[in-house]
Order: sequence, then C-alpha cells, then structure tokens
Amino acid sequence: MAERSSADEGLGSARPRLITKSQELIYELRIGDIMTPNPITVTPDCLMSELKEILRVRRISGVPVVDRGELVGIISIQDLIQALEQGEISARVGDKMTRQVQVAYADESVVQAVNKFARYGFGRLPVVERDGRLVGILTQGDIVRGLLRQLEVQWHEEEIHRYRASHIFEDIESDQTGLVLRYRVVARDFVHGGEASSKLKRALERLGAGPQLVRRVAVAAYEAETNLIIHTDAGGDLIAEIQPNQIRIVALDRGPGIPDIERALQPGYSTAPDWIRELGFGAGMGLNNIKACADWFALDSQVGVGTRLEAMFYLTSRTDKEAT
Amino acid sequence: MTVEDVVRATGLTVITGEAALQREVTGGYASDLLSCVMARARRGNLWVTLQAHTNVVAVASLLELAAVIITEGTQPDEAARAKAEAEGVVLLSSPETTFAVVARLAALGVGAGS
Repeated sequence: MAERSSADEGLGSARPRLITKSQELIYELRIGDIMTPNPITVTPDCLMSELKEILRVRRISGVPVVDRGELVGIISIQDLIQALEQGEISARVGDKMTRQVQVAYADESVVQAVNKFARYGFGRLPVVERDGRLVGILTQGDIVRGLLRQLEVQWHEEEIHRYRASHIFEDIESDQTGLVLRYRVVARDFVHGGEASSKLKRALERLGAGPQLVRRVAVAAYEAETNLIIHTDAGGDLIAEIQPNQIRIVALDRGPGIPDIERALQPGYSTAPDWIRELGFGAGMGLNNIKACADWFALDSQVGVGTRLEAMFYLTSRTDKEAT
Repeated sequence: MTVEDVVRATGLTVITGEAALQREVTGGYASDLLSCVMARARRGNLWVTLQAHTNVVAVASLLELAAVIITEGTQPDEAARAKAEAEGVVLLSSPETTFAVVARLAALGVGAGS
C-alpha cells in the first residue's frame, strides 16, 4: 500500500511523486480509528484444542494471548497446524505462542502498521496503548475498510459543502448579504475568452440559482467579457455581486471609451476590426444581448477615461423573457 | 434523438466529447456570429458553424449545447480541442458546407430550436 510502485520510480527522482488520496489518508488516520476494538483473546492456560474451536467458530486466524490484562504473546492458525502435526493438540497456548510480539500503537499513524505488515508479513497486529494495555487488533482488511469508510466520510463532507454553498444566504445573517466575485479579463486574450463567464456560471449553479436565471446572467456576462477582450486597451474587470434577490453584473475598464453610446447600442453596429470579425465576433449584437437578458441595464462611458456597464437581474422577475 | 443518432445518420466525425454523445438534441441553429448564437441558440441545440476556435467552445459550454458541427472540414486548433475536452463539449466535423449539413439535419427531423 505504501510501497513505491515501479511506475513511480520510472518518473525519475526530479519529479515530485504524486500522492494519492489513499496515501494521504494512511498518514492522517490513526490506527485506533480503524482497528477492531475489544478483540477476542485467550490466556496462556488455554489448550490448543480449545484454541482450534475458537478459531473455527469465530472464523479468525489468530488471537493475542493475554495474562492478567497484559499482552504476553500471539498465537495463530500456523502454530495450531504445527501442534496438530506434532500431536500436541493438548498443549497449552502459553507453550506454543510467539512471545516476541510486534505491536501497533493506537495513537500511531496507519502508515506505521502498513510498513510493519510489509516488513514482517504478519496477518494481524495487536494494538496496544502506550501503557501496554491491549485495546484492539488490526488486520490488512481493517486498513482497507478504514480507508474506504474515511473516503465515504470525506465524500459526504463535500456534499455538505455543496449544500452549504447553496444555503449561504440563509446561513449568514445580515441586513444585506452579498457575494462579490471579481474576474480579471485580459485584452485580446481570445484563448481564455469566456472563462470568467464560465466560472461565474458554475458559481451561480453551486449557489442554487435556477437554470433560466443562470443562462441569462451567463449570456450577459459572456458578452461583457468579450467586449473587454475585444475593445479595451488594457482589459478590465468583470464583477458579479450576488444577493438573495438580485444579481448585478458590472464590467469596468479604463479605456478607450465609447464616443457615441446611442450608436453603440444599435443592433448590428460594431467597431470591431476585420480580423476579429473573422473570428465570429463583432456582430454588433453584444450590448443588445446584454440588454435583452437583463432586467435593467446602464452604460456609461467617457472617451479617454473608460466604460462602466451595469446589468441587473432580479430573481423574482418575468420568466417569459427566457422563452424568447 | 441523441447526438450519437445524428452522428451515425449523417456520417459526422467526432473530434471531441466521445463520452457525451448520449445528449438529447433539442433542435438546431446555424451561424458564424457568436453573439447571434448567444442570443438564439438554446440548450441542447446542435450548432452548425464554420468557426473552430476556442471561443466556439466557450459559447457551446455556456449555452450547454448538445454539440457543435464544424463545417467545410475546418479543424479546431489544439487549444480549442483541449478546452473542449476539459469542458465536455462535443465537437463534430463535416466536410460539407453549412447549408448541406443543415439540409441533412432537417431531413432527420431536427427542428429550428425549441
């Protein structure tokens, strides 16, 4: 489990090893968390014939040997087979057990046990507290089960995170709770075009916004983002302010500014250069799309200073708009 | 009708999104102007276009289109392919013109949007 596979070696030492989730977990988890507690034990005076019945009935392959609460040895099915072969089925466990017992400590990380299993090839390890008191037993099966259980717990926690994101506005109390998402948009960066709007869309979905609203905001945000990419000198910011009852999208830039806003708002009017039009932009519909998607829209611009576009979306607004 | 049905019936080549071919097709839209697509294409639509750059992928992803059919054999560049794979966007290719592809889709019963 913890051993390095040959594939890892093949990557070369210069590259950092990839740590898998289960590798991470065997460091995080404590042996005490995954062991089987209150193990079945026998005393040194137990007979091998009695041990045979215990192993058969309990379907186990070995047990710790305890004398007055203290771990004194371990006895396994191999010891039993040997005793049978030698006709010593009536011998005492105390005479046949292994006395030098490797133990695992309950407060140790699971990786320690993994290493011991790998090194000694044991089927099980008694688990003790630091004072020597036996508290459990650990098999490789316990480790697998423990890892699976922990993965499930973490998966469930992620579900809760998702649930919390969708309930953020109910869980956090204020007179007006708002979430502000700001995305930097780089001028002329068509390769990353649409990324800000995609991220915003995902955030809205995670927050539990309805699909129609998400679509309207996403379309408007995409057009605003595209405008920042195509038309600005130095890019700008795409900002979404999310409140329980409304979403405000603001696109801000520092120039060059729009000389004639009225004209810019006319459908089909575009100042995009030919090379940008060839990419499919510059239809002259961007601002109209934003206006059509939003419940309220404003465009302020000053040549040489910059442009501020603002679009509002009300959560209780007309839904008939979506159908068009 | 799923994207896979359309692919099989019209002999389109799947460029990306092999895993998402079971998506249901709700209709179609054809344009090379992204803002027009943004305004008119609907979720689950097939989009027929000559354009093949990364912003096509962005638009298809934002609108949750069923697939993009890129016509006249235009090939998306590596960045567009990578983005499409990452976003789970289905890119299909046809050697025919947009007009011919739309005619085939119409014959299959793909309607104009929904």
